[in-house]
Amino acid sequence: MTSTLRVEEPGLLTTIQDLGRPNAIASGVQPGGAMDRFAHSAANLLVGNDVGLATLECTLRAPGLVAEQACLIAITGGDFDPRVNGDSVPEWASLSLSPGDRLTFGTRRLGARIYIAIAGGFEAERWLGSLSTNLMAGRGGLHGRPVRADDTLTVATKQAPFAVAVRSMPAGLRPDYGDHTLRAIAGPHLKLLHPDSRSLLFQATYTVSRDSDRMGYRLDGPKLAISGDNILSFGLVAGAVQVPSSGQPIVLMADHQTAGGYPVVATVISASLPIAAQLLPGDELRLTAITPQEAQKMRRALAAALETLQGAGS
Amino acid sequence: MRIQPMGDTALLAELSTRLDTAINTRAIALATALKKRRDVRQAIAGYASVTVQFDPDQATHESLASAIKRLAAKRPPMDEPGRLHRIPVSYDGPDVEDVGERLQLSREKIIEIHTRPIYRVFLVGFVPGWAYLGPLPEELALPRREVPRTQVPAGSVAIAGRQSGIYPLPTPGGWHLIGRTNVKLFLPDSDPPCLFRAGDRVKFFSAAQ
Repeated sequence: MTSTLRVEEPGLLTTIQDLGRPNAIASGVQPGGAMDRFAHSAANLLVGNDVGLATLECTLRAPGLVAEQACLIAITGGDFDPRVNGDSVPEWASLSLSPGDRLTFGTRRLGARIYIAIAGGFEAERWLGSLSTNLMAGRGGLHGRPVRADDTLTVATKQAPFAVAVRSMPAGLRPDYGDHTLRAIAGPHLKLLHPDSRSLLFQATYTVSRDSDRMGYRLDGPKLAISGDNILSFGLVAGAVQVPSSGQPIVLMADHQTAGGYPVVATVISASLPIAAQLLPGDELRLTAITPQEAQKMRRALAAALETLQGAGS
Repeated sequence: MRIQPMGDTALLAELSTRLDTAINTRAIALATALKKRRDVRQAIAGYASVTVQFDPDQATHESLASAIKRLAAKRPPMDEPGRLHRIPVSYDGPDVEDVGERLQLSREKIIEIHTRPIYRVFLVGFVPGWAYLGPLPEELALPRREVPRTQVPAGSVAIAGRQSGIYPLPTPGGWHLIGRTNVKLFLPDSDPPCLFRAGDRVKFFSAAQ
């Protein structure tokens, strides 16, 4: 029998995500995928899945789910105070649910998003090579829309529920979500910033504005002086920090536009994107310049942390 | 050519800062060649640039920059004409009168100038199915609207600077809307999901004719 979870409460914005659809960029389709790729991947590995299987990305207020059959799940990302039948359960660890078990969440204590993985992965619609939900096109995931009350979430691949031993990821191996310092590499158009603004970019404290979503974050803070903001449009990447003529920087996130003509003055490194993904409007952040070599070290450290979950216990 | 990091797993190779068909042809050819490499995850041609995402376990910025310079030094490919799309337009957009006033042109003259060239698809991007078309004749060049619209209807035919474009989806937009077409540009159930590809050619004609 295939395991299913019934949705009692949908949460604020709960969508199916995987690692996105990079091959659709040439058609102007946002790459999409999980905002916090580390937490998404860890959740999958904790239940014995490949990192590319679909998880549930839950934003700010998590859903309430009821297990209709026995299943193995894992919750990662921010700390949303998960409970099974009212009792606190750990995040960053695999967790067995019995038929009728009710997964709910208490107070959000850290971060903006959590990821729920299930052994076998969530069943979802594949669009342009990915199961990720694209809300703009209304494709992928669960009919291209967020999860609603009374939806039934099904497991893609039937698995014996206890084939995987309990696994967990210690805090020391996870990104330091409490440290809102985003490391960034100087961008291709940094020189278009006025020299004073160049140092300001890496010294000022910025606040994630209300006008922020899966496409990108507008940053409130000191305005940057930029010249020549009319560059011939070019391909963009997640983490790119654009500065339009208004001087208000924008950090591109998972659902970013694929091309644009604003100068890119810095790019948040891949190891800092999970931390960026856990910021919410009102959070303060700082950008710190880092060399590509240092960035590779940080990227490898996170990759090694995920590797500790690979094959462990199986 | 300027090659610079765009984060730890990507770089931007800028071939030029000019809007030029021959340079765009080179950028598209360079992106195509780069996509065949095992250490390249994705290569996207811009107007005059290529954004390359690479596998950081197989390549560094330096190794890839050398590879790009080698590939770019090869003889540029022939600019083979891309597929030609004929797009019917009703030139009754909400900005057609304003554009006429600002440029001192009648609606008929705007139609004549806008339908004159065969445009090139320089790149597909920004939002699903959007194509940057150009060059737009100088006589119609206007800066973007000072206040962008929060919602532009799908199918709106627009101009800005030396470019033209068609809004594939209802999105915010700052271009001048001179007409509309019922041709669908974003085809979510096809693969690739858009009508235009970089290098294609586009000819507008007045649907009233």
